[in-house]
Amino acid sequence: MEKTDDIASRKRRLAALARTDRDALEGALRRITPVPRYDVVKPAETGLVMVRGRAGGTGAPFNLGEMTVTRCVVRGEDGALGVGYVAGRDRRKAELVAVFDALLQDPARAQALEDDVIAPAEQRRQVQRARTLARAAATRVDFFTVVRGE
Amino acid sequence: MYVAVKGGERAIANAHAWLAEERRGDPGVPELSIAQIREQQRLAVDRVMTEGSLYDPDLAALALKQARGDQVEAIFLLRAYRTTLARFGASLPLETGRMTVRRRVSAIFKDVPGGQVLGPTFDYTHRLLDFTLAANGEPPAAPVAEAPLADTLPPVIDVLNRERLIEAEVVPADEAPPADLTREPLRFPASRAMRLQNLARGDEGFLLALGYSTQRGYGRNHPFAGEIRFGEVTVELEAPELGFAVELGDIELTECQMVNQFAGSKTEPPQFTRGYGTSFGHGERKAMAMALVDRSLRAAELGEEVSSPAQDTEFVLYHSDNVEAQGFVQHLKLPHYVDFQSELTVIRAMRRAAAQTAEAALAEAAE
Repeated sequence: MEKTDDIASRKRRLAALARTDRDALEGALRRITPVPRYDVVKPAETGLVMVRGRAGGTGAPFNLGEMTVTRCVVRGEDGALGVGYVAGRDRRKAELVAVFDALLQDPARAQALEDDVIAPAEQRRQVQRARTLARAAATRVDFFTVVRGE
Repeated sequence: MYVAVKGGERAIANAHAWLAEERRGDPGVPELSIAQIREQQRLAVDRVMTEGSLYDPDLAALALKQARGDQVEAIFLLRAYRTTLARFGASLPLETGRMTVRRRVSAIFKDVPGGQVLGPTFDYTHRLLDFTLAANGEPPAAPVAEAPLADTLPPVIDVLNRERLIEAEVVPADEAPPADLTREPLRFPASRAMRLQNLARGDEGFLLALGYSTQRGYGRNHPFAGEIRFGEVTVELEAPELGFAVELGDIELTECQMVNQFAGSKTEPPQFTRGYGTSFGHGERKAMAMALVDRSLRAAELGEEVSSPAQDTEFVLYHSDNVEAQGFVQHLKLPHYVDFQSELTVIRAMRRAAAQTAEAALAEAAE
């Protein structure tokens, strides 16, 4: 079983990879020399995940509706298993996420990939979110009280 | 009763070929791309995802294109598509309190932490046709505030319910998986989970009319819009290959918390009760209607008189699904030649019998 720290950082990386578009992942893979080899253990497959909500937002769970999800499992050169789970139907993207998950488990590569792939992805998300929240803030209502005359 | 009717194959193939041409419309006008529908007809896409019960904006856009913009037909296409895919599992319950909020308003508390945030809304527009849209103008950029909203806005009700005058939603101790209508039939009495799933997939027009009927007095429950929020929520799945929950990405979601007056019962003190509505994407009217109906279907549980359609669980849940409803209504178009022939025979016999009785009565009167 993995250590808690390892799980936390793997979770964080997978979350960043899932939100990175396929072209960016392809580009990052091309920048690695020599080209990493890997075997596909479970070919990319598209299926459904039932999205659950909670009554009143915080109460008992219920089934809200499904979403499409694609997953893939690969084995890297050093034997590490890489797993990719991404929203949507892009099989190549799920495979690329699995490849990076396997590569990132190699301590010799982890820091370089963290700098080249994960950190930029997290930063892009942060910038997008800040932009959305700044636009939302511009639509916040400033109430003022009208004082009635004598 | 249906009988096999042969001989229509060529007519059907030709009809479908014509349909494809009609779908394309005037070839002199550029064809719509899926991306254009996804980006520029977003609310149509959102409704198809919600009632199709499948979050996938590209597929919903494709369904709308194929259905020539017919929403119920597009919803049907999405429901049919999902049956071709395997289920990987169920997500962890969404944490809507951690939503990246684009819009959040409350009609019951003016000064909510984080403020009233209007977001991209039709509210307060004048509903005048905008002819600049016909001229293909690009809109000016929306203003951006210097300070962004907080990363998350806590739910209004939880923050401002210090006196506990609004009922709390409680997570049951027993963590049995909720009922799933894609795998089991409706059963009565229907659990809240079953009702919420049914309503979430239910036809917006049907729920809107039912919600409206409660406001007009058919099962009145005095609603207030406690909170409406729209934004992005992260979906997480417990992945068997990993042994921990992995983030799949984010989905857009609308949520409505209705707060309703309640006089109290033998076991409950007078307090405000709640109704809940939610939809994929930006579906505020649907979420509000759903919340009204969720609350009205709690009438029996709260010891209220059940006297109106919106309070009748069987009536509501059996008629909310537009894919089922359109199927049964539209099946009337299929050949019913044999049924109708037998009905004709019956009517002719009844007429003959009636004529004979009348003749006999006339003869008797003449004597």
